[in-house]
Amino acid sequence: MNRIHTLFQNKKERVLSIYFTAGFPELEDTLPVMQAIQNAGADIIEIGVPYSDPIADGPTIQDSNMIALENGMSLKKLFEQLNTMRESISIPVVIMGYLNPIIQYGMEAFCKKCQELGIDGLILPDLPVQQYLEEYQELFEKYGLANTFLISPQTSEKRILEIDQNSDGFIYMVSSHSITGAKSGISEEQIVYFKRVKDMNLKNPRLIGFGISDSETFTKASTYSNGAIIGSAFIKVIKDSKNLAEDIKNYIQSVIQ
Amino acid sequence: MIKVDEKGFYGKFGGAYIPEMLHPNIEELRENYEQIVATDEFQKEFKSLLKDYVGRPTPLYFAERMSQKYGAKIYFKREDLCHTGAHKVNNTVGQIILAKKLGKKRIIAETGAGQHGVATATVCALMGMDCTIYMGALDIQRQRPNVERMKILGAKVVPATSGSQTLKDATNEAMRQWINNPVDTHYIIGSVVGPHPYPEMVARFQSVISEEIKWQLKEKEGTENPDLVIACVGGGSNAAGTFYHYYNVPQVRLIAAEAAGLGISSGKSAATTVLGTPGVLHGSKTLLMQTEDGQVVEPHSISAGLDYPGIGPVHAHLFDIGRAEFVAVEDEDAMKAGIELSRMEGIIPAIETAHAIHALNMIEYRKDDIIVINLSGRGDKDLDTYIKWGGY
Repeated sequence: MNRIHTLFQNKKERVLSIYFTAGFPELEDTLPVMQAIQNAGADIIEIGVPYSDPIADGPTIQDSNMIALENGMSLKKLFEQLNTMRESISIPVVIMGYLNPIIQYGMEAFCKKCQELGIDGLILPDLPVQQYLEEYQELFEKYGLANTFLISPQTSEKRILEIDQNSDGFIYMVSSHSITGAKSGISEEQIVYFKRVKDMNLKNPRLIGFGISDSETFTKASTYSNGAIIGSAFIKVIKDSKNLAEDIKNYIQSVIQ
Repeated sequence: MIKVDEKGFYGKFGGAYIPEMLHPNIEELRENYEQIVATDEFQKEFKSLLKDYVGRPTPLYFAERMSQKYGAKIYFKREDLCHTGAHKVNNTVGQIILAKKLGKKRIIAETGAGQHGVATATVCALMGMDCTIYMGALDIQRQRPNVERMKILGAKVVPATSGSQTLKDATNEAMRQWINNPVDTHYIIGSVVGPHPYPEMVARFQSVISEEIKWQLKEKEGTENPDLVIACVGGGSNAAGTFYHYYNVPQVRLIAAEAAGLGISSGKSAATTVLGTPGVLHGSKTLLMQTEDGQVVEPHSISAGLDYPGIGPVHAHLFDIGRAEFVAVEDEDAMKAGIELSRMEGIIPAIETAHAIHALNMIEYRKDDIIVINLSGRGDKDLDTYIKWGGY
């Protein structure tokens, strides 16, 4: 059974997923960062594949993408680094990446490699539902990869239901009209949206991302969903860290306390 | 038959590969644009502004001296005489009327050379709409006069400081800002790129170019169809407008001039059909200059308007099926062609446009063939580049 499904069977609330960019801050930090995220008590690791043109990301993640690319990160390099991942990582691991680098790698080769390495799911923000259904759904299923779609406050009820129908794993609720890292705090308007989606009783668990940065926002988001995703705030923590393991532990524990 | 299909594809290229956050915006546009554009009310306002504000129809000018030199009948479609100095305004007029009908209050746009930015700032001033233009920080330096024009027109110009700091990064930034402001804002894309329906919508607004060529040539030569039409291609909006009514007229050869920069194999080029492979950028599947790992390559051209690592999906399709012939023009040759046109016809072209002029030296044609070259823009904005180059 896919580790994402197992996780949500056993844990229905305050699930914490941490996003980081592969090969950041240093090329060989990928696995140590993953180990530190797991040891600190997070539930899901989301590995970001750096891309030259990340259109859904704000300056913090744009910068981490640029630095990772300058460090020499690529999908090939990432897969090398993840070769022995499952010897030390037991929690669910998801790959988040823009479509183009994956298309160049070859979608089937990519899915096959993910399965071999023990990747549990994918988040491809610029892969639309229709294209997924027509071109890629069979592949993802063949290689046992759970697919996560995003929804935003603008997403219609009809489309949320369609996305729920075609999602497997969890639904990524973008918390506001925004790119990553752009806003902080959670407003009343956002809570109305969180409640609205909660009341739809979707079949998939929901994690809220974008704008989650600390214990307060994590707890607030978790009140209306199964948990939350932290990206930009985590990137800031590791960016200038002198002691990754220690800083990651302190940060994550301050969030989930 | 060259036509966009229901899902937004031209053959293998096109589509709408966008983050879900943009889905409602794109859906709103897709559901409404054809219907709005088809109304008499829209057409009346669009045509009236093209005529009285833009100055259409633009002349189809027989270039006698150039014709003698090249041994063909050469006509120039004078888009450089449009208000604001280039064809770009045809599209911004169409989109601003559309934005108003959709109830939008704010306009955002990307710009490379600054022509689309100026054309957008112009129509925003005309309609009293708030306007923000995203422009690569490097382009802001090399296209200073256009930056000031946009500011005079009341637009805010925001530098895009990521990546190569040129057109692709300005487009990334505009898309991010659209994600941040999805409800009251319309994004006026300036080329035939982006997610469906943008490529087809922009091509339709620009198709007035070939619509006029047809009747103007009929008056002058007794035929609607030239033997060749030539246009430069960055993203490809002026080429799409020039080719549009000839897509499905096989006897008309379609010639697209790309920017080879310092040379195809120099590593400093923007010749997408030569150096590109299929990929996804800015919401559509198209030919793209990229590394093996799928990272988008920073292009180079002396002309800021051709400095784009992709081409519109319709052009990728025309290339793929062999319907259009692509030539790659180097910086130096384009500059010389700009001087040649200046000296022989008294027209200083934009450097983008100069690439299309040089194509005459790179293709074969028969004596007395009728050739229409789209003079997409005038060279005022490029004076600094001409001066720096100095070869005149």
